[in-house]
Amino acid sequence: MAKIIVVTSGKGGVGKTTTSAAFATGLALRGYQTVVIDFDVGLRNLDLVMGCERRVVYDFVNVINGEGSLNQALIKDRRVENLYVLPASQTRDKDALTLKGVARVLEALKKRFEYIVCDSPAGIEHGAIMAMYFADEALVVTNPEVSSVRDSDRILGMLASKTRRAVQNLPPIKEYLLLTRYIDKRVDRGDMLSAKDVGEILAIPMLGIIPESTTILQASNAGIPITLDNNSEAGIAYLEVVARFLGEEPPERPKKSIFTKIFGNKN
Amino acid sequence: MSIIDYFRLDSQKSATVAKERLQIIVARQRGNGGSRALDFFIPKLQEDLLDVVKKYVEIDNDQVRMHLDKEGDYEILEVNIPLPEEKLKKLQ
Repeated sequence: MAKIIVVTSGKGGVGKTTTSAAFATGLALRGYQTVVIDFDVGLRNLDLVMGCERRVVYDFVNVINGEGSLNQALIKDRRVENLYVLPASQTRDKDALTLKGVARVLEALKKRFEYIVCDSPAGIEHGAIMAMYFADEALVVTNPEVSSVRDSDRILGMLASKTRRAVQNLPPIKEYLLLTRYIDKRVDRGDMLSAKDVGEILAIPMLGIIPESTTILQASNAGIPITLDNNSEAGIAYLEVVARFLGEEPPERPKKSIFTKIFGNKN
Repeated sequence: MSIIDYFRLDSQKSATVAKERLQIIVARQRGNGGSRALDFFIPKLQEDLLDVVKKYVEIDNDQVRMHLDKEGDYEILEVNIPLPEEKLKKLQ
């Protein structure tokens, strides 16, 4: 069965698109048929982060409106087998995404892919609801910072009430916390919320901690998902997130990871 | 912790302050420590209750008061609907 995963946060600039690109690439690297969809209609950026902006011809809204086929709109990644991108449209019509249209496209994708990653726009409006509505699981991307944590809590409220699973009284969406832009030293000094603090406040399982890293900007500059950079600590952390998502214990790293430092070796 | 920190009397760490503030906000956001979904269904429940009561007694829209409390592991939903005397008398 295909799984739909929404990458969401409420707040902008916390790393949703970076995470969507890295996570989808990580799943594809593990051999899963994966597609990543940009739901940010009007402000598409996933194509840039994935490095396929010059290959966009048809987009998500075109497919919904029947102006192009799904096959025409899907962009096959040139680096990783099994990885496809469905870009957002640059139209200014915010309501171009309809529940019916999105449902139809997702149904078609489900036949072909094992994982469908939905990159949500910021905010709590139409676009964000479209991105989360059909999700089975959610990665709630959060920075260790007050406004991001509060917004994540709002998003958790919406996941529990405004989605298909909530409306139809199905088992709820599985929610995971993903902490990004984490700076160990500042946490040690007591001027940044720790992973433990954020975990306690939001009270959902932690899938991983991505350290703040200059390599992330370099990767997006070049249009390379960070999980393809073997030398980046953030890239390695994302690969661990993928492993944990797949229910595995990530391999021991020679250097103690932030995650094991906080949660001990067993977690 | 550096030596300087020992001399800072107001040295409650900013992260600790952030955590305390967030815990209060989040509890309020979830309706006094209740679950997140409650926040969203309470207004609807209020409407529905009002419709049911109105079938029998004439009341105003603002006369249903709801309050969510937490005691240990339980959530207590308190609903208060004052019924106006005159209206009741008419019924009898």
